[in-house]
Amino acid sequence: MYTDEIKEAQKEYLLRLADDRMILSQRLSELCGHGPILEEDIALTNISLDLLGQAKLYYEKVAELSDEEVTADDWVFFRDEREYWNVLLVELDNEDFAHTIVKQLIFDVFEILLYGEMINSKDADLKAIAEKSIKETKYHLRHSHEWMLRLGGGTEESNRRLRDAIEFLWQYTGELFYTDEVDDILVGAGIAPDVSKFRDEYYKTLNKILVESELEEMDPNVWMQSGGRDGRHTEYMGHILATMQYLPRSMPDAQW
Amino acid sequence: MTTENKDTQWPLWEVFLQVKSGRPYGHVGSVHAADAEQALQNARDVYTRRQEGTAIWVVPADAITASTPEDMGPFFDPANDKVYRHPTFYKIPKGVNVDVH
Amino acid sequence: MEDLKRLEEFQAKIDAGEKIEPKDWMPDAYRKNLIRMMSQHAHSEIVGMLPEGNWIQRAPSLRRKLIATAKVQDEAGHGLYLYSAAETLGASREELLEALHNGKAKYSSIFNYPTLTWADMGAVGWLVDGAAMVNQVSLIGTSYGPYSRAMVRICREEAFHNRQGYEIIAELCNGTEEQKEMAQDALNRWWWPSIMMFGPSDADSPHSEQALKWGIKAEGNDSLRQKFITMTVPQAHARGLTIPDPDLKYNEETKQWEFGEVDWDEFFNVIKGNGIMNRKRLKDRNAAHDNGKWVRDAAAAYALKKKTKVA
Repeated sequence: MYTDEIKEAQKEYLLRLADDRMILSQRLSELCGHGPILEEDIALTNISLDLLGQAKLYYEKVAELSDEEVTADDWVFFRDEREYWNVLLVELDNEDFAHTIVKQLIFDVFEILLYGEMINSKDADLKAIAEKSIKETKYHLRHSHEWMLRLGGGTEESNRRLRDAIEFLWQYTGELFYTDEVDDILVGAGIAPDVSKFRDEYYKTLNKILVESELEEMDPNVWMQSGGRDGRHTEYMGHILATMQYLPRSMPDAQW
Repeated sequence: MTTENKDTQWPLWEVFLQVKSGRPYGHVGSVHAADAEQALQNARDVYTRRQEGTAIWVVPADAITASTPEDMGPFFDPANDKVYRHPTFYKIPKGVNVDVH
Repeated sequence: MEDLKRLEEFQAKIDAGEKIEPKDWMPDAYRKNLIRMMSQHAHSEIVGMLPEGNWIQRAPSLRRKLIATAKVQDEAGHGLYLYSAAETLGASREELLEALHNGKAKYSSIFNYPTLTWADMGAVGWLVDGAAMVNQVSLIGTSYGPYSRAMVRICREEAFHNRQGYEIIAELCNGTEEQKEMAQDALNRWWWPSIMMFGPSDADSPHSEQALKWGIKAEGNDSLRQKFITMTVPQAHARGLTIPDPDLKYNEETKQWEFGEVDWDEFFNVIKGNGIMNRKRLKDRNAAHDNGKWVRDAAAAYALKKKTKVA
């Protein structure tokens, strides 16, 4: 049995993982029916579904750990933006396909490394989720990586758009490595991975892909945005939640 | 380079899927893709959403040579009187089993 | 003379229930009719993603969101299979899409109606996909091989679509008063447009007779429509819903539900572009296509560069 301290930390930690995936999935689903070509529409939707499925597993586990009678849906539909813990990266506007791909790449590389560690978690559920998710993530990374090469090495326009996207989104990579006492407790208990362990590898991998994609290397040690893990979001967030939550909130007693 | 104002939906690729390991590959449909890697990914995303397969081939559609309807007679009819190619053509004395199982 | 003989052989083949394959000889009108029909069908699938896509972000539970996303994604897949089937007759996807985007090609009129409430997601699945299924199951019997095979695949995948729609409606009918009203309201708005999906009566349908003779269609519009209505009315009644047709009555002898007058004036107007969502649907399709051009170009340019490097 876990101590109450660990249990509380775990809930918080799981919500962070869940919220990242939930909001990224929600953003990706906006592209369903609006992709650049039919095949890509289907590919992006597959990724959105994978992320949504992962988020659901995390929310369900939070619900399990809770003493109150709550469901996974309660976490999704009845929290305000100040209670959502996702990193800012995932809530940013889709803007164009280059932004979508770079956003995915930044997330995918991190996820691969995270799950690569999480499969050793002492928590059996977390281990199981990591084992399932790492397969999905490998495919996501293959998808975003291949698109990086094509956009970077494609036309002048695609290279310029890709450069714009990475130059803007780079400042949102730092937050992925945010840690606080929640992580300290769980890393100490062998439940959560220590993300600082793979920070160098993360940036090395990203930069390698950037160079392959005919872009300049980026500096990991510049000013980075933060706030998401503390519920301080961009203005996008309120609108995402307003859209996502309006129906259950307008009829809170209804079943769907 | 690509020409201005003209749309490209990328070339056509034919997709072959192996339903189970050890089974032959069967044609399931086609996808559009700019190159082979992308064709493979698109085929995966389009044709295996319900775990329909374990392995995929993609082939540029224009690399396939097909027989024509005119070929049908000369190609396939000559085989229809070669009954000796089928095991049932042969009479084996009762009480002996020559088939390998 | 030669052609007349071929035409006779062609008709005999169809009458014998054999499938026509891409390389077989076929009358030009058969080819054209099929390209028109398959591309309209394909366009309907991808335009059909929009009214339901309108609710993916607002689906009221995680489960519903997963289902809605997977369902709309299936429509993309079905569009793709159908474009592929049309491509076997030498029509390129580029030109087919061009015709959709400039408004020359048609798609199912049903998708020019708006999805206003969550209950519409139920109604679309239950009624619109239900009607589409009746049509598509019949089209498995089409004389053109690639079209028939696409239908087999689509019908297999769509099997869950109308079930999930009916499930949404059933859940609403079991729910609060407000939810029940939502369900009835959605049925009121989607019933007649769904019935119109089968197209005008065979007597007034310009392509129907020839399409039946050549086995492009396996069954006429009226009989498919009747099949759908007789199948659907009891499903509505079982949930305590009222079909918005005062003339609806059961004929004990024929065992069919007889229905009232369809407003064909509305149908032809929506087809012509006067539906409430026509403009928005085409605008969205065009925007996706135009915004995607640089992406498609980039991948094509990259592939070309790699090829020349290897060579």
